[in-house]
Amino acid sequence: MSQDTANAKTTIEAAGRISRSALPSRLFAITKHGFSILLTFVGLTAITFIIGRVMPADPVLAIVGDRASNEVYEAMRLQLGLDKPLIQQYLIYLSNILQGDFGTSIMTTRPVLDDIIRFFPATLELATIATIFGVFLGIPMGVLAAVNQGRLIDHVIRIIGLFGYSVPIFWLGMVALLIFYAGLGWLPGPGRIAVYYDGIVEARSGIILLDSALQGEWEIFWNALHHLVLPASMLATFALAYIARMTRSFMLDQLNQEYILTARVKGLSEGAVIWRHAFRNVLVQLITIIGLTYASLLEGSVLTETIFAWPGIGQYITTSLFNADMNAVIGGTVVVGICFVGVNVLSDILYRIVDPRSHD
Amino acid sequence: MNMTLKSVALAAAFAVAAAMPMAGPANAGTPKNMLIMAKNIDDLITLDPAEVFEFTGGEVIANVYDRVMMFEPEDLTTLVGGVTESHTISDDGKTIVFKVRAGQTFHSGNPVTAADVAFSLRRVVKLKKTPSFILTQFGWNKGNVDGLIKTVDAMHVSVTMAADFSPGLLLNALSAGVGSVVDMKEVMKHAKDGDFGYGWLKNHSAGSGAYSLQTWNANEIVSLSAHAGYRHGAPAMGRIVMRHVPEPAAQRLMVEKGDADMARDLTPDQIKGMMGNADIVVGDYPKAALIYMATNNAHPILGKDKVRQAIRYVVDYKGMADSFLAGQYKIHQAFWPSGLWGSLEETPFEMDLAKAKALLAEAGHGSGFEIVIDTLKKSPYPEIAQSVQAALAKIGVKSQIILSEGKTLWPKYRARKHQLIVAQWSPDYVDPHSNADAFAHNPDNRMEAKLTGKLAWRTSWENPSINAMTERAAKELDLVKREKLYMDLQRKVQMDGPFTVMFQKSEQVASRKNVKNFVSGANFDLVFYRTITK
Amino acid sequence: MTDQPTETGLKEWLLSDTPQSVAQARCQRLYLAWLSFSANPIAMLGLAIIVVLVGMAAAAPVLTGGDGTEQALANRLQPPSVAHWFGTDELGRDIYDRIVWGARITLYIVGLVAIIVVPIGLLVGTVAGYVGGWVDIILMRVTDIFLAFPRLILALAFVAVLGPGLENAVLAIALTTWSPFARISRAETLTIRNAEHILAARVQGASTARIIVHHVTPLCLSSVIVRLTLDMAGIILVAAGLGFLGLGAQPPLPEWGAMISTGRQYMLDQWWVATIPGLAILIVSMGFNLLGDGLRDVLDPRSGGTS
Repeated sequence: MSQDTANAKTTIEAAGRISRSALPSRLFAITKHGFSILLTFVGLTAITFIIGRVMPADPVLAIVGDRASNEVYEAMRLQLGLDKPLIQQYLIYLSNILQGDFGTSIMTTRPVLDDIIRFFPATLELATIATIFGVFLGIPMGVLAAVNQGRLIDHVIRIIGLFGYSVPIFWLGMVALLIFYAGLGWLPGPGRIAVYYDGIVEARSGIILLDSALQGEWEIFWNALHHLVLPASMLATFALAYIARMTRSFMLDQLNQEYILTARVKGLSEGAVIWRHAFRNVLVQLITIIGLTYASLLEGSVLTETIFAWPGIGQYITTSLFNADMNAVIGGTVVVGICFVGVNVLSDILYRIVDPRSHD
Repeated sequence: MNMTLKSVALAAAFAVAAAMPMAGPANAGTPKNMLIMAKNIDDLITLDPAEVFEFTGGEVIANVYDRVMMFEPEDLTTLVGGVTESHTISDDGKTIVFKVRAGQTFHSGNPVTAADVAFSLRRVVKLKKTPSFILTQFGWNKGNVDGLIKTVDAMHVSVTMAADFSPGLLLNALSAGVGSVVDMKEVMKHAKDGDFGYGWLKNHSAGSGAYSLQTWNANEIVSLSAHAGYRHGAPAMGRIVMRHVPEPAAQRLMVEKGDADMARDLTPDQIKGMMGNADIVVGDYPKAALIYMATNNAHPILGKDKVRQAIRYVVDYKGMADSFLAGQYKIHQAFWPSGLWGSLEETPFEMDLAKAKALLAEAGHGSGFEIVIDTLKKSPYPEIAQSVQAALAKIGVKSQIILSEGKTLWPKYRARKHQLIVAQWSPDYVDPHSNADAFAHNPDNRMEAKLTGKLAWRTSWENPSINAMTERAAKELDLVKREKLYMDLQRKVQMDGPFTVMFQKSEQVASRKNVKNFVSGANFDLVFYRTITK
Repeated sequence: MTDQPTETGLKEWLLSDTPQSVAQARCQRLYLAWLSFSANPIAMLGLAIIVVLVGMAAAAPVLTGGDGTEQALANRLQPPSVAHWFGTDELGRDIYDRIVWGARITLYIVGLVAIIVVPIGLLVGTVAGYVGGWVDIILMRVTDIFLAFPRLILALAFVAVLGPGLENAVLAIALTTWSPFARISRAETLTIRNAEHILAARVQGASTARIIVHHVTPLCLSSVIVRLTLDMAGIILVAAGLGFLGLGAQPPLPEWGAMISTGRQYMLDQWWVATIPGLAILIVSMGFNLLGDGLRDVLDPRSGGTS
């Protein structure tokens, strides 16, 4: 998953530039976002579709198996409509999606949309907890570093942050499992929940923490929370590093402003200066950063999900890809892409609401 | 500043607090009447017995459906009636009449009748899914099957072959997954657009076996419930849960921690690492699966007899079998696995680089050449390929390895685009013809013939006398003569064919010591849960 | 130049208040940057790590007894010892040898990706920024699509199409890495497109292509370089991830990510097989990050790093 984080970093920073470029009016912004979502959607489906059709893995063989006779093979090829011209296949596919039909997954034999509804909450749960970890640890760390700029604690925090950027998370996950599960036995192993609890809680939201709590199954709630700790910490490593780094840099900007000096001269306590004045302004900027971190974690952290056998969207898309299950890949990719754009839009709107300057 | 430090400490404390109370999750073990199995189930794509052709699917349906003919866990070597209690073979050997056992019920409660048996077999032929060739090779097709497979009365079915085969072969074939008997009433209730309930049966069950399917979530879980009305009585384990755990290391941890009762895909090294653990018992189960290497006969160099010969002397059979394969694979060099009727135990080849080099020189390639080795991504294939690669390098042959998932590798193999491939083969049913048909029989080598199911065709290897021998063996009624024919056939393929059969699998299953009587027979679908106790 | 600096006069020449030539002024700027860079211990640590990596890659034949692919099945999975500093792997190969040879693969990957990505990113970004209008809109929409794609999945998909292998992995990584560079170059271009010297060049009748190549691109370089150094770690991690999923370098090449992947099944009993390549990746990508951080402080003071 560490490539996910590494990529997330580039995505976040680049996307940060998009959303921070102030747009003249809200209406224009909304139109522009609508336009960009539409284009992204078409682009995503087209690229994924073409990839699916030119890759050497064979979707027909994925269904009929290695030993199928040629007759069986050809019959399935016709049934899948793979004999039609590529562009026609794409248009058929596109018109189906617009009617809410993402097709059926070969791997799970269910409609792709049902699959996404099943797998996405697992990713959502993981990404949310990881972002919460990242925010609650990253922001204070960033503030602390900025306040103590150039001192030992600043360097220590900086190194911790760089570690979060540099470590291959899939490797860290393995080491963590080895220590906390295999060695110390403090935390449970891979999976979302112990096997014998499986199927007890009725999946309403698909988020086990929420479902079990609502249904009063506290034992299951705790079990699920135990299972979340390790994978969420792994994902949080990156979120934390990124949030801490950005917090520090935003704080430094603020602390050098004149109004801070004025506040200090007025004799306000250091705590009040930092938290009530400087940090309040930083918070506005941080909303974008947190939103982007969250969005990138939602993209599904393929390797973390692999290591922890987490049945999330990243793993779903990847295994589908390996199995030439292209309906699933395109469906999953489109949903994830929309999610990414959606969270960006949301944080942009939030930013506008919170930041007084953007009301002019 | 003080405040900042405090808040960091607070946040850190929060994080630690979030983790700490979780110390020591209750490891009370798994529930008493439930067996939890950690297994890689990513090959599972269907549970319709007319379509199942994968390892995990084959194992699941073996426990959900009773078949026309079966091997029972109490005696894995004797073919007996499953759903049927007896049969009579006509004098010309073409027709077999089966008598259905009385008093059997499907999971739905419906009684098992001759009509269900006839329906199930016809359904396989009419649906024409991948494994249907096991039945259609007897001459059945959509048009004639209703006339050739029919009920005699409520409890008798008559099955007539339209092709020239030994009835023994037919009985063996009816013990394959396609011989599963499905609940006609239940299945037809869910039929849509003339699909014989195919869309529904893919992820539901309607059998008379020891277990019924409760849930299957792809790449997550398969859960089975005991069938109280099973003909051998309700099984001891009320629930069998197969949890998808792709990582062998994670499987090992789960069984060591007591989170799972059984781990199915451990590597030899992991088994070795668990040896000292008193809570774990390791069972060994010889399987019929083979690992072989195939050269493409259409390749200008690999197609030469001497080069094919040389390749057989390059493999470090013993080195691999004694190191990373130890305990799970043994050396086997004929196409029909050892320990079964008709198997050839001779192992004439061993690593001999000098001889291999000499053979290459005789073929005119003493200065070496370059090839590509294709194989699967998962262990032990990359290790085997690398061992072969290193040995080839010593006789001057440079090679490049490409690791792929099966879905990428098989299209290449079926299109004859491979050069050297390391792959696995497991028989479809327990009769030497199953493998002979794949390894030896290629009646039409033309590209457009597309006999893609046959390995001999994929490797562009055609030998008329070997074809004739394969056909003769399949028809032979005399068992002694038939066995001898298969021995000869295997020797011939061993010496001339494009295949270097290397190893035969032995499954090692690690389970908690309280788990007893798990039975796993030679073939991939001879795995029984009903005998398990805990 | 007649006033060739002598050894003693070098420092003086570099620090002179009145540079005599453009060349001297440039050297002075570089020297001052170096002074501020070398005063930063963290950045120097990063530089040292990278230097060691390059040295290791260059001297691999001297540092090891073979090429890291010699098997010894009888000697497999040996723990670290005097004979095998980092132990041996599942085929009895020396892990120290493989780490050293793997440094070449790592450098090959980051180097090649950089060579592909920087020109593409610069070209797209500067053209979009300088030309503007529809060209800008189209180029930036394409860039956005690549940004919105789940990136690992995009890389995976490309490798799935091209087939596994080192070169294809490089191509796939490049495809998923260029878009931020385009964004950065565009942003830089927008801030300088109306600068005086560019307007002057335009008035003198220089072609658009000439202006982009000779006047705009050089000004974008410093932020691109900083970004590249910071991205190196990301590239290494993506490459390792692809290797981990079996889509990168194929065996027997000692690619570190692939080594972790095979070592994973030995994690419980033979920790060194997966741990050591993991540490190697960590150290090297840390090195690039430290270096990039230091470079940014020097070249891009706006970002507000430590003094």
